[in-house]
Amino acid sequence: MDIHEHQAKEILAQFGVPVPRSGLAFSPEQAAFRCRELGGGRCVVKAQVHSGGRGEAGGVKLCDGDAETREYAATLLGTTLVTKQTTASGKRIDRLWVEEASQIARELYLGFVLDRKSERIMIVASGHGGMEIEDLAETDPDSLIRMVIDPAAGLVEYQARELSYQLGLEGQQVGQMVTVLKACYRAYRDLDAMMVEINPLVVCEDGALVALDAKMSFDTNALFRRPQVGALRDPGQEDPRESLAADHGLAYVGLDGDIGCIINGAGLAMASMDMIQLAGGAPANFLDIGGGASPERVCQAFRTVLSDSNVSVILVNIFAGINRCDWIASGVIQAYTELGIAIPVVVRLSGTNVDAGRKLIAESGLPIISANTLAEAAEAAVAARPPALAA
Amino acid sequence: MAILITEETRVVVQGLSGRIGQFHAQEMIEYGTRVVAGVTPGKGGTTVLNRPVFNTVRDAVEATGADLSLLIVPPPQAADAMMEAADAGIRTAVCVTDGIPAQDMMRVKRFLRRYPRDRKMRLIGPNCAGIISPGKGFAGIMPPHIYTPGRVGIIGRSGTLGYEAASQMSALGIGISSSIGIGGDPINGSSFKDILDLFEADPETDAVMMIGEIGGPQEAEAAAFVRDHMTKPVAAYIAGLAAPKGRQMGHAGAIISAFGESAQEKVDLLSSVGITVAPHPSAMGATVAAVLGHKAAA
Repeated sequence: MDIHEHQAKEILAQFGVPVPRSGLAFSPEQAAFRCRELGGGRCVVKAQVHSGGRGEAGGVKLCDGDAETREYAATLLGTTLVTKQTTASGKRIDRLWVEEASQIARELYLGFVLDRKSERIMIVASGHGGMEIEDLAETDPDSLIRMVIDPAAGLVEYQARELSYQLGLEGQQVGQMVTVLKACYRAYRDLDAMMVEINPLVVCEDGALVALDAKMSFDTNALFRRPQVGALRDPGQEDPRESLAADHGLAYVGLDGDIGCIINGAGLAMASMDMIQLAGGAPANFLDIGGGASPERVCQAFRTVLSDSNVSVILVNIFAGINRCDWIASGVIQAYTELGIAIPVVVRLSGTNVDAGRKLIAESGLPIISANTLAEAAEAAVAARPPALAA
Repeated sequence: MAILITEETRVVVQGLSGRIGQFHAQEMIEYGTRVVAGVTPGKGGTTVLNRPVFNTVRDAVEATGADLSLLIVPPPQAADAMMEAADAGIRTAVCVTDGIPAQDMMRVKRFLRRYPRDRKMRLIGPNCAGIISPGKGFAGIMPPHIYTPGRVGIIGRSGTLGYEAASQMSALGIGISSSIGIGGDPINGSSFKDILDLFEADPETDAVMMIGEIGGPQEAEAAAFVRDHMTKPVAAYIAGLAAPKGRQMGHAGAIISAFGESAQEKVDLLSSVGITVAPHPSAMGATVAAVLGHKAAA
């Protein structure tokens, strides 16, 4: 789960990371007011969307005074920002962060991630922060400093000092950096984060360290014990179809194709997408209905898939272990009755109660295309597309 | 002999008193699995499915000699249950629970290291379908009848894709020695490499089918292990060729976030060490058949 930059900064500041003076604005007038609060001079106006690459996309600007701030804010609010990390439809800008301008002497990069190799939290740092870091990660990944944290001991102070020296910091900056590192680690650990990133972490001309940008994402599996994190969710930044699906216990990811997928199990769902692609089609979505799916949940899966207007065929592929093919079949039939499906539906059932499931489908009198194997199902779905798309 | 579970294995079910625990334990008993006990804190002294229920795993182990534990425990309690099993002397723990916080798994993995190698509990999962040695026994939530007994091992992250492979193999008359689900989470108890090692040493396994997916470094580790240590033929399939970068595909661990984590990169790497990779998921059975034929011819 992602949160906004301003929320990440507020959290990190509570843990002891220095951040610039700033304020949130939901209107151009409020943005101008924030500018005056900060002294009325130069300030940075930043679009708050869940994406990196905002600067390059035109979502961040240095403004001179409240008039320019108001003017720039008016051009951003209510529009969408398309960055290289978002889809082509972009993310809606509903709020801005207005921040005092900093005098930058040096830009560093600092990230905390889950390292799947060591199965521990790892610090990734570089003396070359800012926009250069992504190039560096590709061209010279070995130049990044990596440090793994033992979960039993936590971040040990000598590690933090060592990292500071490796970044070329000196004097009081070392102590400041140790504070920043320990604060980030505690925030990561105590709030069940999956990622904490400060880029850039700047050394100001007066020598002070300040987090100019911040990003945090959280482990959705841990939200049951972090209600304060769950409260930071901004549904306006999510794909509405994905939010709706999640609310019904379905894992859904929207894609660009036209063959809607309703599958059980993440692996089989990915494999079905691969099979569709190999058969010459393109999947419209990833969807895992999970285990023990009731007819109602199957019907909800149809509703979710059909909310994508690109979908021209639906492929249902079930290998039931803790699911039941008869329940799945009932769900498909219920979807026909409740949703008035007008596009072809291909159903492949296998596993628990398969005979009962196939019987229900066969006796339903509905124009359902049945398939026996994964390959047959994918080929049937591709073949069932309307001629204009198949061409 | 098979691996990890045989007809000799004494199974305790942590969470036996729950509705789901009871349902799957019933299936396991009907299949012939030697389920000897259950553990549910607060329910000690009761019986479920004619098996005694204990308050602690330690009590269950002392009273029944259980050596394998199946954990069907909700996510908030799962890490605690795994550590309890490790301290009680359980040899193999299989955790099917989906939705365990990543930092809980970090703690569990650190905790398991307190024991020397010969006393260390082997953890399978979490977020897996379980393990089965067809005709002998199973611990998990899979439909056992789709597995035919035989001499090919299966290792997979995904439950349903493992079923798909087993049924394709059955249709071709190929049986399975053991099928091990290692789970879809970013931090899991055993990796492909750990299980390949067991299959390599198992005299009743002739070849292995490994089913990987996007995300994480474990397929790459497996490739290096196969190159350096495996004498038995290995077939593979990697799911997610059509998956976009940076999006989580259902499993918490199925996300391409670094170099080498895409399906194509993994396919290339596995192929480069002599693993036969199925071109698509409907060819998993045929690929195993080809690998076995190749061995017979050699």
